Amino acid sequence: MSRDVGLQQLVGVDGGLIRFGPDQPLALDSGGQLKSLEIAYRTYGKLNAERSNAVLICHALTGDQHVASVNPLSGKPGWWTQVVGPGRPLDPERFFIICSNVVGGCMGTTGPSSIDPETQRAYGLSFPMITIADMVRAQVMLVDALGIETLFAVVGGSMGGMQAMQWAADYPERIYSTICIAAAARHSAQNIAFHEVGRQAIMADPNWQGGEYGPSEVRPEKGLAVARMAAHITYLSEPALQRKFGRELQGDGLSWGFDADFQVESYLRHQGTSFVDRFDANSYLYITRAVDYFDLAASRGGGVLANAFTGARHVRFCVLSFTSDWLYPTVESRSIVRALNAAGARASFVEIETDKGHDAFFLDEPVMHATLTGFLDAAALARGIK
Amino acid sequence: MTAASESFREIVSLVQPGARVLDIGCGEGALLEMLTEQKGVDGRGLEISPLGVQACLSRGLAVVQGDADRDLADFPSQAFDYAILSSTLQQVREPKTVLAELLRIAGRAIVSLPNFGHWRVRLSLLTRGRMPVTASLAEPWWSTDNIHLCTLKDFVLLCDELDIRIEQAAALADGRPARRIDPASALENWRAEQAIYLLSRNS
Repeated sequence: MSRDVGLQQLVGVDGGLIRFGPDQPLALDSGGQLKSLEIAYRTYGKLNAERSNAVLICHALTGDQHVASVNPLSGKPGWWTQVVGPGRPLDPERFFIICSNVVGGCMGTTGPSSIDPETQRAYGLSFPMITIADMVRAQVMLVDALGIETLFAVVGGSMGGMQAMQWAADYPERIYSTICIAAAARHSAQNIAFHEVGRQAIMADPNWQGGEYGPSEVRPEKGLAVARMAAHITYLSEPALQRKFGRELQGDGLSWGFDADFQVESYLRHQGTSFVDRFDANSYLYITRAVDYFDLAASRGGGVLANAFTGARHVRFCVLSFTSDWLYPTVESRSIVRALNAAGARASFVEIETDKGHDAFFLDEPVMHATLTGFLDAAALARGIK
Repeated sequence: MTAASESFREIVSLVQPGARVLDIGCGEGALLEMLTEQKGVDGRGLEISPLGVQACLSRGLAVVQGDADRDLADFPSQAFDYAILSSTLQQVREPKTVLAELLRIAGRAIVSLPNFGHWRVRLSLLTRGRMPVTASLAEPWWSTDNIHLCTLKDFVLLCDELDIRIEQAAALADGRPARRIDPASALENWRAEQAIYLLSRNS
């Protein structure tokens, strides 16, 4: 294995980039392998002497490794400072918190915008198809490299929750607890449909050029922005949109044209245009596909979800859903809990009352935070973490 | 000792050490915690209130938010040794279905109930002509959660109908420790404020 010189020092200063050479290829569900893999990650806090306090956070579709520190691209605070930080449920004073950019991503981990060592050009669509299980296998390589045998917790929301469940299915002996927030054990037809709209918007942009746009050339920004706009609607609830924007206008009156007359239009356009500054269109294609392909019952349970968790009876599970989440509604979380019960696992489940929709898991949700604190504190006590 | 703690103490005494237990309507987890500490059970809970579930999680208990009427179907058959329903059967919409579900999920069920046949209840109804409000039935009729009250005699008849065997019965009254009783005793149907049953399938 080749890795950045001085990894140990890098860990001390919150992560970095780790390289795996052809001697350690990442085997992929699609049949191929990645012979050269870089994983960009962040860590917060210190691994204790017993190596028992490591927590892996899995990020969502368009998330990244910058959980609780400033994102260098956007200059904004980390995406989960509500949950990770001093006095928060995941306090770096107590836990060693790891988050890595998923394989296929565009924030430093190898993805379609990375240079293919064999051609010395960006992979583009020659990048192999990836799955949630592939993302998890890459995380296992990172966790191994950091010298951690057992994770105290694997935590994730949305696509991150899918990864957390994949960990429980594939590496149950390496985790003590799992927190799965606003996720599903499979992507529904409606969810696949929304992803398809996003992908078609990207591929319809003439600048996409069959995925062959380069880093310095013109990029399919219009298509990617539309993809983001459509997806963003699914992250909010109807009441939240109404409360935030109603039919409020941007200016004094109607333009009698197609400018952004309504505040909700202006908001969505902003979501779209700011997204293209930090995200790669091909990564969006690959990662949405990975989520579409996710079906844990089919891939690990022979059609029965409970079978996927037969090795995870010792794992403490905390499953959370939000009442107004229509992307991954409560019924999806309940089917996970039913499967965990059937497998005899230690399942806990709370449905949190909120009108903020799917995105509630990023936001200030006191009940969610109190629930996470209670679950994590009790598990830490049982695990002997001070 | 309060009536609730005497009731919990009796329930704990009925459970074999190390058993798999599902506590339905587990509240903030006090009974599950007692069972875990005193009997080393492998416990799970079902609780309707999110705040109750949250309190349980803080105690390190594995509890699922849900409703006894709707969500028992999510539990596999015979996954537990005991299904416990403490002072909850009178609050569910379909007591018959719930009772049958308990013995599908678990080999034995432990059910506790307020007795509507208690002499104070009968006297209050007879003399005042109004719905009784007593220590174990503390809310007026229009705000009570107790929508399916019964007497000890009613419960025995329902068990007969569902082919359920009452292995043991105990009565609680006036905050005193539980006493073993004959479930069919007409006298106990006057004396017991609350009854606790250990149930199993007849066949």
